[in-house]
Amino acid sequence: MSTRTRVRTRQRTFGVVAVVIALIWMFPVYWMLNSSFLPYNRIRAADPTFFPLDGTAAAYGRVFDSNFFDTLRVSATVTGITVVAALLFAFFAALALSRFRFKGRRSFILAVLIIQMIPAEGLFISQFKLLEGWQLLNSVIGLSLLYIAAVVPFTIWMLRGFVNGVPRDLEEAALVDGCSRLQAFFRITLPLLAPGLVASGVYAFLQAWNEFTLSLVIMTRPENMTLPLWLRSFTESNRISDWAGIMAGSVLVAVPVMIFFLLVQHRMTSGLVSGAVKG
Amino acid sequence: MVPALAVLVAALGYPLYRQAVMSFQEYGLAQQFGQPPEWVGLDNYVTLVTDSYLWTVIVRSVLFCIVNAAITMVVGTALAVLMTLVGRGPRLTLQIGLLLAWAMPHLASLTVWQWLFDSQYGVINWLLTNLGLDQFAGHSWLIDQLSFFTVATVIVVWMSVPFVAFSVYAGLTQVPGELYEAAEIDGSTAWQRFRQITVPLVKPVLLIVALLQIIWDLKVFTQIFVLQDAGGITAETNLIGTYIYRLGLGEGEFGLAAAASWFVLLLTVALSLYYVRVLVREEEL
Repeated sequence: MSTRTRVRTRQRTFGVVAVVIALIWMFPVYWMLNSSFLPYNRIRAADPTFFPLDGTAAAYGRVFDSNFFDTLRVSATVTGITVVAALLFAFFAALALSRFRFKGRRSFILAVLIIQMIPAEGLFISQFKLLEGWQLLNSVIGLSLLYIAAVVPFTIWMLRGFVNGVPRDLEEAALVDGCSRLQAFFRITLPLLAPGLVASGVYAFLQAWNEFTLSLVIMTRPENMTLPLWLRSFTESNRISDWAGIMAGSVLVAVPVMIFFLLVQHRMTSGLVSGAVKG
Repeated sequence: MVPALAVLVAALGYPLYRQAVMSFQEYGLAQQFGQPPEWVGLDNYVTLVTDSYLWTVIVRSVLFCIVNAAITMVVGTALAVLMTLVGRGPRLTLQIGLLLAWAMPHLASLTVWQWLFDSQYGVINWLLTNLGLDQFAGHSWLIDQLSFFTVATVIVVWMSVPFVAFSVYAGLTQVPGELYEAAEIDGSTAWQRFRQITVPLVKPVLLIVALLQIIWDLKVFTQIFVLQDAGGITAETNLIGTYIYRLGLGEGEFGLAAAASWFVLLLTVALSLYYVRVLVREEEL
């Protein structure tokens, strides 16, 4: 057997292993989709059904009959506020950090890093007290504030990488050609930064959309639930009876986000790795 | 550009303000009954430190964190290496599988895992029973402390591996192939090549990913919280995060909870300082 065929056989063996692992890893996601389409009598059978051949979308109807849409509105509002505010702050901060040398710049970058390391779970008691003092418990504004503070450090970090990637000479060339500083910025820098803004925006979106702990602490009234909280309460009340409905709810919470995530994950990882390793 | 600086202050000011509020937790160390809090000095800390339950929870959290971070790192790195060894098709399949797990919102995946581990209709019990392990028919996974944490570990590892695998894979693809060829000509074994070329070159990535894992696994909250609600026994399964939550918002002991938060913060900051130092050494700010 020549080396080449040996290498090829080995590659094939590893390939089979990789596919098997992939299938195991995907299984819970598949199972969620599969279960959400099963009728009542099939989901509580002695043997699980692996393919929803006689599937029904009835479970989705049951979800829509609950207060799903009110919750969706709360989640969408909080997420929207967080994304817009975080992008605005992070954008200006990143610009200032990479374009100007000012006093305290270095310590600012360090501060951003350190804040990023602080666990939200160590803070929620004081945050709860803080919002209580400001009469902002159970309010969209209060929760958004906390989310903005949570995502801004990392979005600054990501955007800084993108701003550094825009060569200064381009801006300077534009200045030489008689553009004002603002014009140069809007015509040259901003378009080049667009992918970075999209990636950071999606990061903020994912964080706010999926966050559970803080919303559990701040949103104590049922009418102010965000989607993750709603999913949990829905599970609590239906665990014995309606797994198909619960899975349908999970699909509704998960699938839109997953599609978003798949679109930008590449940028997020490379941003994180380059931000972490190369700065 | 003046507005930029103004917003900069705002963007930095708020987190800093939060930091300040944190330091006020010293002031929050009084029990609150709607009256102005009174100063009790270090009483809360003394109460906590002398309470053996807190130490149980801390030791439990640290153990959970080490086990989870270690398994995640090993599996994640192994999968990253596997990606470099296979052809394009299997690699894409594996990457898609990992991405799906990574993209899934935590609450949704926790819900699915509860269903998988369901004592009566869960696939996992069905599978084990069909493999001839009859004791798993109707087995409840969350009642027993050890098996509760086994379930938690499976879920946390499943969620965290993708991030490690992708980061390490990104690091691996930056290793120049000529190095391996040269080593192969020199007659080295595959294991030697891995130890002496791959590991040193991806070490920075490994280091950072490992630290992030440790920080994340130390403050694991949602997974434990949801599993406890699904049938775990709270006192036996609390980790630091859920302990603080139940102490503060469950029992209204805000003072004690704030003091306990400080333990977590100090622990995390101690870890992060090392990380920040490594970063500062490696990059010119």
